[in-house]
Amino acid sequence: MNAIPPEIRAAEAAAAPVAPAKPFLDRLFEDGVLMPTGVDGLYGRSGVFEEVIDGFERLVERFSREDGAVKIHFPPAMPRVNMEKSGYLKSFPQLAGSIHSFMGNDGDHCQLIAALTEGRDWAEYQSPTDVVLTPAACYPLYPTVAAKGAVPETGLLFDLKSYCFRHEPSKEPTRMQLFRMRENVCIGTPEQVREFRERWLERGPKMIESLGLPCELDVANDPFFGRGGKLMARNQRDQQLKFELLIPVNDGAGPTACLSFNYHQNHFGSLWGMKREDGEEAHSACVGFGLERIALALFRHHGNDVAKWPESVRAALFG
Amino acid sequence: MATQIRELIGNHKILPVPLERVRDEDDLYELGMTSFASVQLMLALEEAFDIEFPERMLNRKTFASISAIDRSVTELVSGRA
Repeated sequence: MNAIPPEIRAAEAAAAPVAPAKPFLDRLFEDGVLMPTGVDGLYGRSGVFEEVIDGFERLVERFSREDGAVKIHFPPAMPRVNMEKSGYLKSFPQLAGSIHSFMGNDGDHCQLIAALTEGRDWAEYQSPTDVVLTPAACYPLYPTVAAKGAVPETGLLFDLKSYCFRHEPSKEPTRMQLFRMRENVCIGTPEQVREFRERWLERGPKMIESLGLPCELDVANDPFFGRGGKLMARNQRDQQLKFELLIPVNDGAGPTACLSFNYHQNHFGSLWGMKREDGEEAHSACVGFGLERIALALFRHHGNDVAKWPESVRAALFG
Repeated sequence: MATQIRELIGNHKILPVPLERVRDEDDLYELGMTSFASVQLMLALEEAFDIEFPERMLNRKTFASISAIDRSVTELVSGRA
């Protein structure tokens, strides 16, 4: 267990160029908070790590219950056709993950085994299934809502959680390939969804500060692909469609986005044909909580021994 | 050039409204051009005029109206000559 008080560890991190402290990820492995699997961004989590996430989720749930958000749980995968239609592959082809499987005959199987035995690439014997990995917790929601008919006048509120996949292997523990996102989503009029976002923009920083973590809000953009993506990113920033709540977590890197607040305008409404009762396209907004990132921020600032975390933080999470 | 730009906007279905009602100064985003559509338009313009928009031009303003596009494309085409 790591017995060094957080303030000393923070000082160590600041002095890193002189005598590099052990990387944060290595300390997490050493103390058994995370377990390596051999692939960057794919880790086992300790029971304690999960308890921290559970504790944080209770804080989120207190608000989402108060708001009357409806809980829905999707598996961490969605129909391939829905990803194709969603435009995700236009904006983020580099992050998407599709599930492939063997669909050949006996002869193909022999070739697959031969390729494996000889250490050759065996991907050519795999074919895409009807299923892709969920890239953001709210992606499976919109077609489901659209199928139910018009969005009522009062708007709709949902509370979601999913493992999400993004192909971005990294040594930064906060950039996992498979991670959980808790989301609250509002669908309704522009006024309703903007008000929803404002409400969470106020709550988010307070929640994080109550856990003894420093944070700052900033305008942000999604990591759109390519040169066209630069235009998309600037459009998004100019219109202040995305805000992030940033917390310093990683060694020598800028702060990490742990919460995001997104106004999609009528993007999903138009894409999926989500209409309001008055026939207008529905607007939507979501607040996303990067659960592993928030847990990692807590470990980073309060140490790997949860028993030694400040009493106020323990009370907020486990009280 | 504005005519060619109009043709591209029409051919690539950039706007959800009939093109003949769009004036050169009208805000294309207000008329319903999505962010995706503006990227499509950017790529179509680059191909049609054999230009490449430099980073400083990759913003909302560049593609905000037919006359704004006209100005940027003219600048890039004349810079190339």
